[in-house]
Amino acid sequence: MAEFMQVFGIWLGAFFTFCIYSFLYKDNPFYKFGEQVFVGLSAGYWLIVIIYDTLIPNLFTKLIFDFNNNVILLIPAALGVMMLMRVIPKAQWVSRYPIAIIVGTTAAISMLRFLKSDLMHQVSATMINPFALPSLTEKIGSILLIIGTICGVYFFYFSKKQEGVYAVPSKIGIWFLMISFGASFGYTVMARISLLIGRLEFLLRDWLHIIN
Amino acid sequence: MSVNQNTQTERRLIFLLLFIAVLVPLIFPIGWKTEVSPHAKMAYDMIDSKPEGSVAILSFDYEPSTMTELQPMATAIIEHAWSKGHKIIATALWPQGPQVADLAFKEMAAKFPDKVYGEDYVNLGYKPGGMVTIQAMGKSLKDVYPLDINGKKYDDLPIFKNIRALRDVTYAASLSSGVPGIKEWIMVAHDVHSVPVTGGTTAVSAPGFLPYINNQNQLYGLLGGLKAASEYEIMIGTVGPATVKMDAQSIAHLLILIFILVGNIKAWRIRHKPKQQAGTE
Repeated sequence: MAEFMQVFGIWLGAFFTFCIYSFLYKDNPFYKFGEQVFVGLSAGYWLIVIIYDTLIPNLFTKLIFDFNNNVILLIPAALGVMMLMRVIPKAQWVSRYPIAIIVGTTAAISMLRFLKSDLMHQVSATMINPFALPSLTEKIGSILLIIGTICGVYFFYFSKKQEGVYAVPSKIGIWFLMISFGASFGYTVMARISLLIGRLEFLLRDWLHIIN
Repeated sequence: MSVNQNTQTERRLIFLLLFIAVLVPLIFPIGWKTEVSPHAKMAYDMIDSKPEGSVAILSFDYEPSTMTELQPMATAIIEHAWSKGHKIIATALWPQGPQVADLAFKEMAAKFPDKVYGEDYVNLGYKPGGMVTIQAMGKSLKDVYPLDINGKKYDDLPIFKNIRALRDVTYAASLSSGVPGIKEWIMVAHDVHSVPVTGGTTAVSAPGFLPYINNQNQLYGLLGGLKAASEYEIMIGTVGPATVKMDAQSIAHLLILIFILVGNIKAWRIRHKPKQQAGTE
């Protein structure tokens, strides 16, 4: 039975792969079927994950088996119930409190971490003496890093009209930004091709047994 | 045939050619060599420099949809770490992370039959919370993971003998395909607890992490996509799944370059056509 289910699963996977790729020819009922099954399955899967991997081990189990040491968990439990009040039109306002707490705490935690990692460390990483570096490649790289950072940031300075001499750093900044967008595009192409390779590998190896 | 129909036909032709370009090298591998990039080397060197007996956290922050790119990195890092005598604690910030971790460990356990679960490696499973979970690990690993994925108690697992919190691990590596992932590990593990962090991401998100490879050592190298995974396989001297797939990747990239070139020539010709016609009239 287990072997049958494994083979059935592989055939199902192959069928849905073709359903989704059929969109490349044109929109059709097979694609729509595949897409809707995926959306429905994902929603169902996430519901089960939240219940079994989050709510049961982190809330229900602790409250049922060791209530005295986990009384504090009643606060998030109450906030969760308050959030569900959104489904009752007359009591919708209650859900604003847990949302406010989530927004507030997330903003506070993120601000601290981002300020240190994305601002302080990144600024420090740009404050370098390129001429003190050992190799010529590193020197050129560091000079480009400094120029690119300053000109890139300058491009987003809108308090003064960028014309004449003031437009020069902005134009240099655009070049750096364009090069970075090009690199991102290249990486994106690589990622999408990798996904295609993954699907074809599944079809050739698991489904058709053509490759090992 | 209208312009619209022409474009449709061209689009389908491109898809078909791309499909063939990826399919053929998978069936008939060419064996092209890949150069090792400095960022992949940096990640390798960091792990390689750690002494035998080091305990590392390997976070599986991805799901099966990105396994093609990230699973080869996971197996390569496990193989490298085990060959150096390191112990691995697997964590996951994504729900299906524990399953992909399990697959990677099973594959590598066949190569290293002497590795014992609980002593040389452990799978702690998934925890929601992202950055907050890593912050909690900074205080106490046991509080976050009282049990492993099999229900074994933290204190009963020998790997945790000298590990109480995040700062006790030698290094952390995150394989991530989004948020939460490697960025959260940089922000908390390195920037708060000074634990060296390395890892890999899908190619699409790799450029966003390159600024963290800096003189502050926020990130020790980065494996970006399938190519970097194959580079890591080259450095550890193995022909793994990423190396095999690189032929298909290279052929597809070559074809896309040709498409870009043809597309630009065509666009240039269309742009200049009215001018030429106006000139002759």
